[in-house]
This record gives sequence, structure tokens and C-alpha cells, in this order.
Amino acid sequence: MSWKIWALKKSPWVFHVNTGACNNCDIEIVALLTPKFDVERFGIKLVGSPRHADALLVTGGVTAQAAPRLREVYRQMPKPCVVFCIGACACDKGIFANSYHMVGPVDKIIREIDPNAIIAYVPGCPPKPEAIISGVVKALSAL
Amino acid sequence: MMERIPQYLFWILIFPGFVFTVLIGLVASWVVRKVSALVQWRVGPRLYQPFVDILKLLGKETLVPRGSQKALFFAAPLIAMTAVLLLSTMLWRIAFDRIDFIGDIIVAIYLMVLPSLALILGSSASASPHAAVGTSREMKLVLAYELPLALALVVIVIKNGGQLNLAQIAQNNVVFSISGLLAFLVALLCVQAKLGFVPFDIAEAETELAGGVLIEYSGALLAIWKLAQAMMLVALPLFLVLAFLGGFTVLWAGIAKYVLILVLLILIKNTNPRMRIDQAMKFFWVYCGFALILAVVLAGLGNYYGIGWL
Ligand code: SF4
Repeated sequence: MSWKIWALKKSPWVFHVNTGACNNCDIEIVALLTPKFDVERFGIKLVGSPRHADALLVTGGVTAQAAPRLREVYRQMPKPCVVFCIGACACDKGIFANSYHMVGPVDKIIREIDPNAIIAYVPGCPPKPEAIISGVVKALSAL
Repeated sequence: MMERIPQYLFWILIFPGFVFTVLIGLVASWVVRKVSALVQWRVGPRLYQPFVDILKLLGKETLVPRGSQKALFFAAPLIAMTAVLLLSTMLWRIAFDRIDFIGDIIVAIYLMVLPSLALILGSSASASPHAAVGTSREMKLVLAYELPLALALVVIVIKNGGQLNLAQIAQNNVVFSISGLLAFLVALLCVQAKLGFVPFDIAEAETELAGGVLIEYSGALLAIWKLAQAMMLVALPLFLVLAFLGGFTVLWAGIAKYVLILVLLILIKNTNPRMRIDQAMKFFWVYCGFALILAVVLAGLGNYYGIGWL
């Protein structure tokens, strides 16, 4: 394992994008960042700019409007980086599966511009903060 | 002269300079995060966290935004880092070995303003509207706090009978007098603003400007900014210790003074919401300005009539 990946695992700074979620997953992410769960223990920090980020937390099944923005945000992130699909929608469009305006899911959009992207999935509608922590830890230890 | 170059290089690069200051600075930035965590009743990051952050940033890709002024974009973090490096080397040498040259307090003022100017240059070179707003706020903030800081140092100089020499000034404990205390408090707030800590983090403003001045920086360049900020966390409190609190006459007392200033800065950071830029300017110019004019008058009177506690 190279030192770059090791350091990345010890300090993943996250950036959060909503690509058409019902907002419930976003609330769970915000709850995850509160002092109660204290993710700074693992070096996780919310940053304001994709250029500072190592992990992209995507919620929602990617609407036609959001797809170009998601691609742009992914391109702005310095590599190596990880994408986390948070919630059933982001993993596989969830309850919006047959909607006319959904062009996702997230991994399809990301793979269109970077076939080798590292993508991890945290299912649930919405996943609890504990589930998100466990998903992130599992994904990072598999890296 | 030539044979002393290795020694100067050693000073600048290793002992009181780069390696030493970076180590202390990263530990200090861990202290900032840990104490903030304790204030918020959580566990907080581990001791190696700031080191891993820097390592990770060094291992990442560096993106240069399209339309940016490339030379300036790359040069700005280096300018900031060099200025802080010189400042901290100079201050450590004054603290440990009492080297003195006349007027070093003025050199220190100029070196302290350079990182902010580099930040303004770098962010305006990065061709981003968010960074542009951050730049304008940083500029106003520099204008706001430079005047009170200079006045506070005028108080120091008056109290020391016209000395412009930090090693001499560090012999006296100016803070145990009314004017000295006023000047110290205002200078502490100016240092808070210089470090970009919370009531004055107007230019970074994570919540509305998304990182503001640093928004376009990534990878190694961001690592250099973070290192420069960590080194500021050493140099600026050290400057306060030397100018106001009587310096490093005894080593452990000097360290205790440094930690005291650091903890004061962290507590101010954690108990105040962010100000608007107009509130910050009003605060520095009107309230701090008047407090300092009073302090200058008191110091002058005390000096003239020989009353130490004024
Ligand atoms: S997974 Fe469920 S909670 Fe999350 S955005 Fe989709 S519908 Fe909402």
C-alpha cells in the first residue's frame, strides 16, 4: 500500500453534494458531523471546496439537471479520491427508479468520466449515521 | 562571512527555523483542534492528525484553475512561508540567545503583514469569484487590524523608554500596567485576526465562501499554506510573549506564557460567532482605536512622571 493511500485513509476530508435527494439523507449526513458522533476522531473533516476534498459524499439519484454538475465537481477533486454513494437513491436510484428525470445512478455518471473511480456504497433509506460510519470504515479498510 | 553561512543555514532550516517551527506549529494546531473538541465535549483528533493531513496533501494532485495567473498562484504560498520562516527564526533567536539589532520590532511588523499580503495575491490570482470576495474581505481586515497593532507596539516602545529592540523590550513585563494590559488585549485580538481564527475568519468563511481565499488551492500548494498557517501559530504568540510578557527569561516560564496565549486564542475562537466585515472594522478602528489612544496617553504620562503602573 502506498503512503499516499495510507495518508488518505487517515485523513479523509469530505465534500457533500446533493444530486436530487429527498433531503433526508442530507440530514443524516449533517447529523453525522455533529459532536455526538465526533468523526474528527478518524480525521474526517467537512470542507467547503471540492479542491480540498478527498471523499465525495453523494446523495440522491442524479437528476438530469444535476448530472453535469456532479461530473464537474468530480473533475475538480484532486486525485486520488473516493466517492461514497449515501442512501438507496445514490446507490441505485431507490424509490425514484422509474422517474423520467433521473439519469443516474451515481456510479454510472462518475464512471462515464473516470472508469477507474473508487466508489463505495452505503445503502439505506436513509442510512443512520452509525451505518454511514461503518460503511466508510469498511470501504476505507478495503482500499 | 563565508564560513558563517553553514551556521546561518542551520539556524534557518533546522534548529530554531524550519524543522523546529514546523514541529511545534503542527503540535500547536493539534492543541487547537483538541481543545476545541474538549470544549464541544468530544474526544477530538489524535496527536499525529495534523502531520497526516500535511502528508496526505503532499501526496495529492495539484490542480491549477483555468484562467489563473500561474506564476503568482504558485509564488504566493512560498512568499507566505518564507516570511513566516524568517519571522520565527528571528524571534526564536531573540528568545533563546538575545541577539539584538536595533529596530527588529519594525522588521517583525513587516514580516507579520507579508503572509496576509501573499494570501491576497494568491487568492486574487486564482480566478474564482468566491476567492475574489475572500480577497476583498481579507484586504479590509488587514486595513482594520494593522492600525491597532501598530498603536499597541507604540505603547510598548513608550513604556520601554524609546527602545526599538525586542531583546531589550523582552526584559520588561509591560503587561503589569494599565496601558500595557490594554495594549496586550488589543494585540491579542489582532493576532486572532491575523491567524484567521473564528470571530475574524471572515475571509475564509467556510459556510458562505466555501474556504474563501484558499478555495482554489489543492494538493502540495494547500499543504504549503497549511504549513505556513501552522508556523504562524508559533511565531505570532511568540511575538506577543516577547513584546508584552517579558520573554523567555526562564525557559519553562516562557513555554508556560506561550501555552497561556495559545489557550486564550483557542477559547476566544470557541466562544464567539463570526463577525461581519463592517462589524470587525468598527470593532478594530473605533473601540480598539480609542482604547489604544487612551493607553498611549497613559503610557506617556506614566513615563513622564515616572509612575510604573500607569
Ligand atoms: S435514499 Fe431515501 S432518504 Fe435518501 S434521498 Fe433517497 S428517498 Fe431520500
